[in-house]
Amino acid sequence: MDLFFVNIIDGLVFGLLLFMLSSGLTLIFSMMGVLNFAHASFYMLGAYFAYQISTVIGLGFIGGLIVAPIIVGVAGAAIERYGLRRVHQYGHVPELIFTFGLALLVQEVVKFFWGQNQIAYFEPEWLNFALFSIGQNTIEAYKVFMILISMLIFGGLLYILTKTRIGMIIQAALTYPKTVEALGHNVPMVFMGVFGVGTALAGVAGVIAGPALGTFPGMAFTLGSIVFVTIVVGGLGSLRGALAASLLIGWITTFAAAYNFEFRTILLAFGLEEPANIWDSGLRDLWTLTLPQIGPILPYILMVAILVFRPHGLMGKREV
Amino acid sequence: MSNASTNSRILFGQPVSVLLPWIIAAIILLILPVFLGSRSQLTILSQMGITIVFALAYNMLLGQGGMLSFGHAVYMGLGSFMCLHVMNATWFGALPLPLLPLIGGFFGLIFAFIIGSFSTRKAGTVFAMISLGIGELFAALVLIVTVFFGGEEGISGYRDEGLPFFGIEFISNLEVYYLISIWMFVAVVLMYLFSRTPVGRMANAVRDNPERAEFLGYSARWVRFASFTVSGFFCGVAGGLSAILFEIATETDLNVTASGAILLITFLGGVGFFWGPIIGAIVFTLLATVLGLQTHLWELYLGVVFVGVVMFFPAGLSGIIMSHVPALKTGKLGTLVMPYITCVLPGVIGGLGIAALVEMSFHVRSGAADEHEMTLFWIDFSTHNVLPWVVPLVIAVVGVGLAVRNAPAFKAAWDNASTLPEAA
Repeated sequence: MDLFFVNIIDGLVFGLLLFMLSSGLTLIFSMMGVLNFAHASFYMLGAYFAYQISTVIGLGFIGGLIVAPIIVGVAGAAIERYGLRRVHQYGHVPELIFTFGLALLVQEVVKFFWGQNQIAYFEPEWLNFALFSIGQNTIEAYKVFMILISMLIFGGLLYILTKTRIGMIIQAALTYPKTVEALGHNVPMVFMGVFGVGTALAGVAGVIAGPALGTFPGMAFTLGSIVFVTIVVGGLGSLRGALAASLLIGWITTFAAAYNFEFRTILLAFGLEEPANIWDSGLRDLWTLTLPQIGPILPYILMVAILVFRPHGLMGKREV
Repeated sequence: MSNASTNSRILFGQPVSVLLPWIIAAIILLILPVFLGSRSQLTILSQMGITIVFALAYNMLLGQGGMLSFGHAVYMGLGSFMCLHVMNATWFGALPLPLLPLIGGFFGLIFAFIIGSFSTRKAGTVFAMISLGIGELFAALVLIVTVFFGGEEGISGYRDEGLPFFGIEFISNLEVYYLISIWMFVAVVLMYLFSRTPVGRMANAVRDNPERAEFLGYSARWVRFASFTVSGFFCGVAGGLSAILFEIATETDLNVTASGAILLITFLGGVGFFWGPIIGAIVFTLLATVLGLQTHLWELYLGVVFVGVVMFFPAGLSGIIMSHVPALKTGKLGTLVMPYITCVLPGVIGGLGIAALVEMSFHVRSGAADEHEMTLFWIDFSTHNVLPWVVPLVIAVVGVGLAVRNAPAFKAAWDNASTLPEAA
């Protein structure tokens, strides 16, 4: 039972981290109608900039947490203004390909500046202690810190989107851009702002996830496809769907990795007989399969199933 | 009438001018080994041929069908794995090696048939996302289903254990080169002919306006499904050829990186023309093999070039080539020579200067502390002197500066050459 609660917390940390990426991505999708393949690249840039600011320049972890997302957001806005807006006229597929190329380019640029290997970006000393423990398992303060930061951002985002004037303009511009423009608002500016804020959120996620998950050039592609899965499962354009799917996928992957459930138990329960010499049998993979092995692919199976049977996702209003 | 007078010679029921490019291509393939006959050169050429088949099969979806796939290496990889299992089977001794790609093709076709049955229901983002999911799924399955995929070390076999084909056992690289070239030629011809069939034409219609195609009585879904299945077949053929050439298949053959690479190749070459991906495959293979030996940073340059192409020349290299056709038709191609020399050439040289600076700073930071000697563009120098830094910097600034200064003149000359003179 202790393990269960620890996994609940770990899954929550990962799920909220996913949500910081998927919330920005899903907002950007709602307004531009295109999936930003490079979204996770901004997450990676957040981690690397934070490393540079906190460790090399020496502003400390908090300095990185504040400055890095701002730089990432400005970079994101610039890319929307000078890159995406230009490619937009060619159509959706070139747009998707552009963001894909951007993701490749960012990875190469990061390799150029910081090298191939994982860099020494760690959680700050003052958060590196065990806050409390469940049974034998200690929970580090940094995990709780990650949860708090993500909750804070989600609350702030929800407040701005639903309670403020800017949020109303954004929401209106997502659905009726032409009408909002006719009312005198600068809609391209709103789009650029949303893109900048979305990428800055990804940057925040990078800053706080870098120490926990490792900061290396492949981190964008590792997490990037999972983020896609998340927003497709949650329903494209739905913020609440993104939250639900993020938590769902966070818990699925965490629990699958933690419980060493063997599939031979199921096969034996069906009355099948285990082959005498398992390593010569053609079915050896089926008999030796364990849950942690298939854990990483569960989100993809979930996404394909959702796309086939329920194309608008868990809470989406429109089809992809 | 006028057409008949210019193309009076008929061969196989076609005017010679239609067949001429194919005949020239066949002759080039035939005599290439005379000039590029070393082992490594033949391997690069064979690799190029495989990439061409794969890229054209991919363009059947992207260019001709408007479907963006992020997991297309799956079908090539599965064909490759299947062929290696055939190579390891006891009855391989009774099978002539030239027939092996056919098995890979059918295996690719079967999987494309199964997966396409649900993934081609929609084009656009749904299709792209399903293909990405399938791609990730199979890449992960490689490490789980070790019976078929052999885990991390993959599956390997020996191509020379097949039934000798008219006495040829395909031990030497030259024999393999000719085998792959012939297969490539046949596959390219077949794919070209497919694009001319009613199904191939309908794929274009469905790409441009699915709704209208539906109103004409065609099921957009079935047209997409047909293209997808045929594309899967040719991907499998490419996989079989790769099994013959490399005699090994691993996870890297079908993961998402491989799928991304083929997207890059196809788009770089240009999706608008049938032969665009061929250019892309040739350029990419040359870059990867030749430039890859010269610098560690070739992927960085590739990324820059790719993003640049998507932003400024979405029609790709073939689009750039074909944009000269109007100037050729008006007979003013000659007037573009000077603008090219004053604008594009300095730009390219300036770009090389920037690349030199990038290479040098990379060398300084990643090399050993006491290692200052480096060679760039066949010149040896020390990175601790000032002069080697100043020279490329000046070249870069002057080159790019000239290019920017002369860009308006280039554009004016370009517009002038591409339009017919006003009727007086």
